[in-house]
Amino acid sequence: MTQMPNLVPAYAEIFLALSGLLLLMVGVFRKTDPVRGVARLAILAFSVAGVLVLTTNAVAVTTFSGMFAVNAFTSFAKLLVLLGGGFAVFLMLPWAKNEGIARFELPVVMVFAVLGMMMMISANDLISLYVGLELQSLSLYVLAAFHRGNLRATEAGVKYFILGALASGLLLYGSSLIYGFAGTTSFVGLASALSSAQENVGVIVGMVFVISGLAFKISAVPFHMWTPDVYEGSPTPVTAFFSVAPKIAALCLFLRILVGPFDDLMFQWRQVLIVICVASMLWGAVAAIAQSNIKRLMAYSSIGHVGYALIGLVAATPEGARGMIYYMLIYLFMNVGTFAVILSMRVKDRYVEGVNDLSGLSKTNPAIALALTVLMFSMAGIPPLAGFFGKYFVFVAAINAGLIPLAVIGVLSSVIGAYYYLRLIKIMYFDEAGEGLDKPDLSTGVVMGVCALAVVVFILVPEPMLAGADAAAAALFQG
Amino acid sequence: MAVSLAHYLTVAAILFSIGIFGIFVNRKNLIIILMSIELMLLAVNINFVAFSAFMNDLMGQIFTMLVLTVAAAEAAIGLAIVVVFYRAHRSIEVEDINQLKG
Repeated sequence: MTQMPNLVPAYAEIFLALSGLLLLMVGVFRKTDPVRGVARLAILAFSVAGVLVLTTNAVAVTTFSGMFAVNAFTSFAKLLVLLGGGFAVFLMLPWAKNEGIARFELPVVMVFAVLGMMMMISANDLISLYVGLELQSLSLYVLAAFHRGNLRATEAGVKYFILGALASGLLLYGSSLIYGFAGTTSFVGLASALSSAQENVGVIVGMVFVISGLAFKISAVPFHMWTPDVYEGSPTPVTAFFSVAPKIAALCLFLRILVGPFDDLMFQWRQVLIVICVASMLWGAVAAIAQSNIKRLMAYSSIGHVGYALIGLVAATPEGARGMIYYMLIYLFMNVGTFAVILSMRVKDRYVEGVNDLSGLSKTNPAIALALTVLMFSMAGIPPLAGFFGKYFVFVAAINAGLIPLAVIGVLSSVIGAYYYLRLIKIMYFDEAGEGLDKPDLSTGVVMGVCALAVVVFILVPEPMLAGADAAAAALFQG
Repeated sequence: MAVSLAHYLTVAAILFSIGIFGIFVNRKNLIIILMSIELMLLAVNINFVAFSAFMNDLMGQIFTMLVLTVAAAEAAIGLAIVVVFYRAHRSIEVEDINQLKG
């Protein structure tokens, strides 16, 4: 007689899975304007799932035979992912209307992608990690190619699929080696198997494969080559989604797996991670300079930001973890806000993506120009905006962990990176005014305003957010 | 001579490498890339089953089952994406994947 597993910790995931199925039915049977109805219900589902996550985060528990773990850290990460998903669906609505896309599957696939991300954040076993990761990846491949008559979107889908499948293959090969040489797939079992003094080369090789696979998913250099193409080709709301939710989920999983089961191999993984981290920061800063497409520019910008967030991971201290979580929180608002600006870049009812389409925006549309200015200053890390604090906390964590060269490289590359953020501001304020943009849609404008405001007022109310990140980091290191 | 664990691992490693090379060296056709991806996943399955058999531990075989299922889903989505790519580009040649660069 087998016992029924404890379902309470997984309520949010179960709810999201069921609502995804239900949304499909609603979309099929709703006669009038199914996109709007399904998208609103998807946002509602994300909110309810968020409440369920909040109600179950009191104590750290595992369920499903130890395959699924819930603690303050996973809850915090899940809330960030849900927030990213909600923003993306919200931004999708006006886009779908303007582009005349009447297919309701987009928000439904986003719901399943978010479900996969929540599963992988909570994974406590290589098997549940793999299944969660694949659920999100398969949904993301579909999202990239969603604009299916479009040459660039289908190409983005093909590229993302091939490289994503390769990454999953690497991760899986690594998992098989870890399983074979450590004799278990559970994170708890791995932690105890690896704590013995004897060095296990098979496990180390497997771990490097797993790190490569995850580095693909967070698009860290040298596994970043898909990012600019996929960001440019995918529909813009989908790009907004790509740039926040999967990155946050994969980074949190990265953190959990490296300071959890592989804690005792820190000496080995730290070297790999330092290379990835430095390369991402520098390449993200340098390669963005030559870009003329703003979505491509944001792709390189996100590569750079992943590098900064990884500093917190390399430090491998509670302080570093806190810095990284913090960075992801701020990054979420900065990026969603910037993509809201990109989604309001329309000339004569047509979406434009060139950096030069912003020229003279301060005269033709001062409100958007101001919002983008604030967001770009924050991305460049100029105090007193939120982006500065994100960088500050990871750099301080690196210095306290004795990684001073890493912090120095981080500061240098953020100075290089500031060039292209400030270039956008220069184009808006000092270049000859172009045709001017159309009036933005209400919901796009609201998202833009909320994110810009969040970035500005962050300095006034850092306490509640810091407390959440602190509790999350503490839960992570309790074991 | 008995077939040892090392033999299985070698075969799996060779298959996995062929899969990776199939993705990067192949300059012709998208379908070949899909086959290479499948080859990689099957190589991993050999690893899992071999480890599982030699350690007398069932977990590896359970993992294999899940990998097979997910690989089927992945192939379905991959083929669907290749079909929409074909409809838009009228070709599945690898050299026609060239709209996005920079």
